[in-house]
Amino acid sequence: MTQTTHEHVSSLIGSYDPDDFPVPSGREEQWRFTPLKQLRGLVDGSAAASNTMTIAVDAPAGVRTEQVSSSDERARILPGPTDRAAALAASRTSNVTVVTIEQDVVLTEPVWIRCTGANSVSATFQHIVIDVKPLAQAVIVIDRSGSVCLSDLVDVRVADGAQVTVVSLQDWASDSVHLGQQRHLIGRDVSCTSVVITLGGQVVRLVPTVVYDAPGGSAHMFGLFFAREGQFFEHRLFVDHAVPNCTSRVTYKGALQGTENHPSHTVWIGDVLIRSQAVGTDTYEINRNLVLTDHARADSVPNLEIETGEVAGAGHASATGRFDDEQLFYLQARGITAEEARRLVVRGFFHEILQQIGIEQLQARLVARVEGELEGHGV
Amino acid sequence: MATLEVRDLHVSVDADGQSRQILRGVDLTVKAGQTHAIMGPNGSGKSTLAYSIAGHPKYTVDSGSITLDGEDVLAMSVDERARAGMFLAMQYPVEIPGVSVSNFLRTAATAIRGEAPKLRTWVKEVRESMDLLSMDPAFAERNVNEGFSGGEKKRHEILQMELLKPKIALLDEIDSGLDVDALRYVSEGVNRLAATGETGLLLITHYTRILRYIEPDFVHVFVDGVIAASGGKDLAQELEASGYEKYQKLDSPA
Repeated sequence: MTQTTHEHVSSLIGSYDPDDFPVPSGREEQWRFTPLKQLRGLVDGSAAASNTMTIAVDAPAGVRTEQVSSSDERARILPGPTDRAAALAASRTSNVTVVTIEQDVVLTEPVWIRCTGANSVSATFQHIVIDVKPLAQAVIVIDRSGSVCLSDLVDVRVADGAQVTVVSLQDWASDSVHLGQQRHLIGRDVSCTSVVITLGGQVVRLVPTVVYDAPGGSAHMFGLFFAREGQFFEHRLFVDHAVPNCTSRVTYKGALQGTENHPSHTVWIGDVLIRSQAVGTDTYEINRNLVLTDHARADSVPNLEIETGEVAGAGHASATGRFDDEQLFYLQARGITAEEARRLVVRGFFHEILQQIGIEQLQARLVARVEGELEGHGV
Repeated sequence: MATLEVRDLHVSVDADGQSRQILRGVDLTVKAGQTHAIMGPNGSGKSTLAYSIAGHPKYTVDSGSITLDGEDVLAMSVDERARAGMFLAMQYPVEIPGVSVSNFLRTAATAIRGEAPKLRTWVKEVRESMDLLSMDPAFAERNVNEGFSGGEKKRHEILQMELLKPKIALLDEIDSGLDVDALRYVSEGVNRLAATGETGLLLITHYTRILRYIEPDFVHVFVDGVIAASGGKDLAQELEASGYEKYQKLDSPA
């Protein structure tokens, strides 16, 4: 599939040239929720690139890691991106990190890609390419922390018969701005799981996309976000069913808390497109948000567009609710303190997502982080 | 010996911005080793009594007192009441997604006992209690009340009660929606706890059916927010024969 032209996948016809895209005004559907004024020149391109973020890849045998120039063909295994921020990320980066999982390699240890920001004043543009060869099996963790002003593009190509899980963790310091696009192009009979965890940063806007390149592929997109006082997190998903007999499941869960002076805001958009040729598609997407306090706003917009009558299944659901007082009462009536009860309920709410990670150490760290988010919240 | 005392209890609830009085002066004393049945028609306030004792935030206590061994229950939070030895088996227990029964039971036992039970004895204790209630071991791995049948919910409530060994147990319509088998297991669980003599039981029910399985020492007729009559188990038989009508007429406001 390396040389496919992707003519049948119009969503992949984009450009690596940022000037092919107008600067967003905020009126575009794609940008209407995003606080453009807080993006520090990342989208209009006025930000001076210093690229101070460090990236370190820790990989077991069977994995090749290279740094290449942005014009290198190994950096451009996917067609040009379809938005300005991602095109800027790919064209202004100083070098591209390419991680290749060789054919037939079955990893028993995860690949860790650690991105550590040094400051949020100057901008970093970054492009990571993950190339998973046929029949390989791998878990890749993109572990992001520190202070950044970052626009990045992560391209994941999963070749026929491969099984891959990509965990991307946004654990930024509170002054950070991060615009990111993570694209998955998946081949025949591929099983691809994405787990996106967003806990830190002032403004984080992520665009995870899935495009099927051959029949039989299955994609599971999981997400967890916890927005606290003053944070804006947007997750804008796009699943493009362009070939027959593929499956997608999207499950995103968010929790929010804010104050009058520092409200929080989350946005979840789930765009699923089933094209006319994509018969036998089976898709379901769901977003649930748990609002813990006043002054927290959760926008949730599932969009399911079906161009064929021959689908195996297609559905979506969205629900945003307040913390359930009856759950608290039930737990407290069993002697459990209000604080502990709240932790149990939130941990339970996110359990479905966290159990997907499959790396015990990381899972424990994230449970502790989520519970840390709850600390300091008056009951 | 534990004693729960309810004195001249007046309770109201906020509905559509208006305060509505439900309990109008309830007096009741429940001691460890006793089983009390509170019977009454729908809407008489008998469940409100149970939830007010447990501390549900929906109810406002306007006057009166509730004490457990002389301690002021009304001054305690919901979880403090439970740790003091009160237990409420609920008619409609809520689902808690993502929280397994085993995790929930252990967290509750840790809270009530003041320390985490030793893992090995705890596992055995839970398994034995589940066996007695004829619950499949796989039940422990399910999420709390999620997808439970009516019978499973009630058994789960009784399982918690047996493990937490309260001083005073309030059972709110524990018999509603149960088939005969489930009713038998639930009743056996209640009787096991009653037989220890360590727990005072307050059984709230609409029907006399469960009283064929659980023999009360005292029966109270609850009408319009007060106890209209009290007696022994014979009173339940009389209610079965003639219903609540006579008490409602006596007690209806002019």
